[in-house]
Amino acid sequence: MEQKTTIDKSFKTEPYQINMGPQHPATHGVLRLVLTIDGEIIEKVEPDLGYIHRSIEKMCERDSYQQIVHLTDRMDYLSSNINNEAVCLAVENALELEIPDRVKVIRTIIGELTRIASHCLWWGVMGMDVGALTTYFYGFRDREMINDIFEETCGARLTMNYNVPGGLMFDIHPNFVKRVKEFITHFKTKIPEYNRLLTGNVIFQKRMKGVGILTKEDAISFGASGPVARGSGYSCDVRKYHPYSALDKVTFKEALKTEGDSLARYEVRIQELWESLSIVEQLIDNIPEGEYRVATKAVIKLPKGEFYQKVETARGEFGVYIISTGTKSPYRLKFRSPGFSNLSLLNHIAVGGKIGDLVATMATLDLVIPDIDR
Amino acid sequence: MTNEALQDLIGSWFPNPEADKISKVEIVDISENDENPEENPITPEPVNSSLLEFTQEESQFLNISAPPEHLHALMSQLKSNDLTRFDYLFCLSGIDWGEELGVVYHLESTTHRHSIVVKVKTKGRETPNLDSVYDIWATAEFHEREVFDFFGIKFNNHPNLKRLFLTEDWDGYPLRKDYVDEINMVIK
Repeated sequence: MEQKTTIDKSFKTEPYQINMGPQHPATHGVLRLVLTIDGEIIEKVEPDLGYIHRSIEKMCERDSYQQIVHLTDRMDYLSSNINNEAVCLAVENALELEIPDRVKVIRTIIGELTRIASHCLWWGVMGMDVGALTTYFYGFRDREMINDIFEETCGARLTMNYNVPGGLMFDIHPNFVKRVKEFITHFKTKIPEYNRLLTGNVIFQKRMKGVGILTKEDAISFGASGPVARGSGYSCDVRKYHPYSALDKVTFKEALKTEGDSLARYEVRIQELWESLSIVEQLIDNIPEGEYRVATKAVIKLPKGEFYQKVETARGEFGVYIISTGTKSPYRLKFRSPGFSNLSLLNHIAVGGKIGDLVATMATLDLVIPDIDR
Repeated sequence: MTNEALQDLIGSWFPNPEADKISKVEIVDISENDENPEENPITPEPVNSSLLEFTQEESQFLNISAPPEHLHALMSQLKSNDLTRFDYLFCLSGIDWGEELGVVYHLESTTHRHSIVVKVKTKGRETPNLDSVYDIWATAEFHEREVFDFFGIKFNNHPNLKRLFLTEDWDGYPLRKDYVDEINMVIK
């Protein structure tokens, strides 16, 4: 806003509106932002949503619980496995099923690998958004290794559908452990490379530092979660506070930064790469023997009641709220998506900044549009 | 705070004026049968001492059902009171209950780390309206717009209550149970 006051008073400025999206490359999907700007200064950001809304919540009211799992892949497609896990956990808790330790450990390993893959993609496009094209290829190169591991074990690379209520679709591939270990050794040398290439870059630092500041109070009030909230010093890792699957058996640090600017959110995600890697490392040699699935009835009917399950996806807190009346489909199913709440604070942190900074700020929010347009 | 302690505390904010009258009657009853209190076979119906209803059945959280006229007062008290401090609204869902519509608020405290669920039902489904809580939690602004979009619940005092996902000229509210769309909906 400083710039504004230096403008010669004899020139009259007038705010006007422009569209950013729905086909803007930096929105990574079909998000349309209606910007009210005065010169280059943003006065208001109003998201216009719904371009790819499929009303998954309504579809769920007619589907069986096994079918619902498949729909969750299509929301936050970069955290598809963690989304699947959330629904499975909710159903299993409602049925009071005892899940074998093997399933829990495999779910956690796959979940953390998903998080690494998601952060790799984010890191790649984050660099691209601020003008560093190389990062895109580096990020995708490493993500490719994880996708190959998934392909072998889950049969798919993006929408895995590997979790089912009661366990896993099938057991892990014989190569799984070997290839994950190869990836760990490979990726440990790559994170320092990421830092050398982008984090320490002066131009990058100048674009990120002090831009898009979000205070801790605002982060909580806006319902922020995941790296966005942790960049503002708000400790909210669901894996710490409400551990699920095998996460209570591992030790890891919650990545926290207090600056609240774009760089803090960036650094939190880089730190999370290390932490996820360490979780996978702790579990990969200790996958217990046992069943990979417990039998459930062909038609799952949940008891009457309400069930809430939250998990930590790569974007933040994902919640599944099931209201069951005892039939084979839920009476109402609500997905609490992290991207939706994180998007709601974009206007708050972008106002007063430059239009060019909006792209960088939005990149650090790591929005996935199908997650918002459920 | 345990759920029991929360229930006692929050219940005491909204005392039921009816309960007060009835309990006085009870006292009279007891004094009349003072000699043989056990002989009194008619136990008066338990009257809720609070305007709020609490339940923990069929849910992992403590559930509060609040009358819509007290919703805003209850919510601001839940957020501002030092003992409760529910500063994180993590889920706001609209629900079609058939006769009426409802909204469910999932709250958590980032200082005390306890959770609670507040439920409220509208009066009828023709002109449903509730008080907005966007001034208490900023995230409610978007979530309430979503509920308005899909359930048609109007939120009083909301700064920007318009459709969020659907277009302005969309007919009806798709997540209501009685919504019909023969073209876009596949009916199994």
